[in-house]
Amino acid sequence: MMENTNEMKLEFDSRSSNEGFVRVAVAAFCTQLNPTLEEVADIKTALSEAITNAIIHGYEGEVHKIQVLCQIREQTFSMDVIDQGRGIADIEKAMEPMYTTRPELDRSGMGFAFMEAFMDELEVVSAPGEGTCVHMTKVIRR
Amino acid sequence: MKEMFQMQGACLTIRLPKELDHPNADWIRKETDRLMERRYVKKIVFDFADTTFMDSSGIGVIMGRYRALGLQGGSIRAEHVGDRIYRILQLSGVHRFIEISREKESEENNSLGVEYDGKYQ
Repeated sequence: MMENTNEMKLEFDSRSSNEGFVRVAVAAFCTQLNPTLEEVADIKTALSEAITNAIIHGYEGEVHKIQVLCQIREQTFSMDVIDQGRGIADIEKAMEPMYTTRPELDRSGMGFAFMEAFMDELEVVSAPGEGTCVHMTKVIRR
Repeated sequence: MKEMFQMQGACLTIRLPKELDHPNADWIRKETDRLMERRYVKKIVFDFADTTFMDSSGIGVIMGRYRALGLQGGSIRAEHVGDRIYRILQLSGVHRFIEISREKESEENNSLGVEYDGKYQ
């Protein structure tokens, strides 16, 4: 029996003006799993957090490429948000709620906490100077 | 179309956009700071009537304004807060510092929204 899988990849400049369209594109890709509105909103919020992190912290406002890889396997949706930016030295610290390196930009430090809350799994792979990959999955329960 | 920033005495009402994400949050933060340099602002009302999406950038805007107003209780109010936005306010913990009015209602009877009663359905 054929497995129900599907994949797509987006690559775009790390400009904040791209955040809206990437959210819409990923949300549209998920609809084949027949998610609830709430599940779509969860995915959009988590994605938005990861992209904002890549723009502000990964590339520190410089314009480079961000990739978003999405995969569907049966009822599991997964996405990887990848940048080749400065990377994270202390991932555990970065993931602490309310911790931010950019309070002057009114960053709340809640990005990773939201990704964790809205997705089923969250994994962060990063090293200083080597960029960051944020991997998230969510099971869409029909 | 209604003005996004409205001053009434020392109360600033900000009619938030449909999506309160990183680019919109940056813009609102800058405009609000500019306005607060010129006018005395004692209270800020964030009106979520049009807002369907918010991420932690929105939380940053609210927390930043709360700090700018001197961390005073009652200085920040969120109005017309729908379920999704409420969940995010609650998750972030800012619901402990700000007044929240949960009703999504029409322009005609917006004088007093129903106050949040401690239950979240």
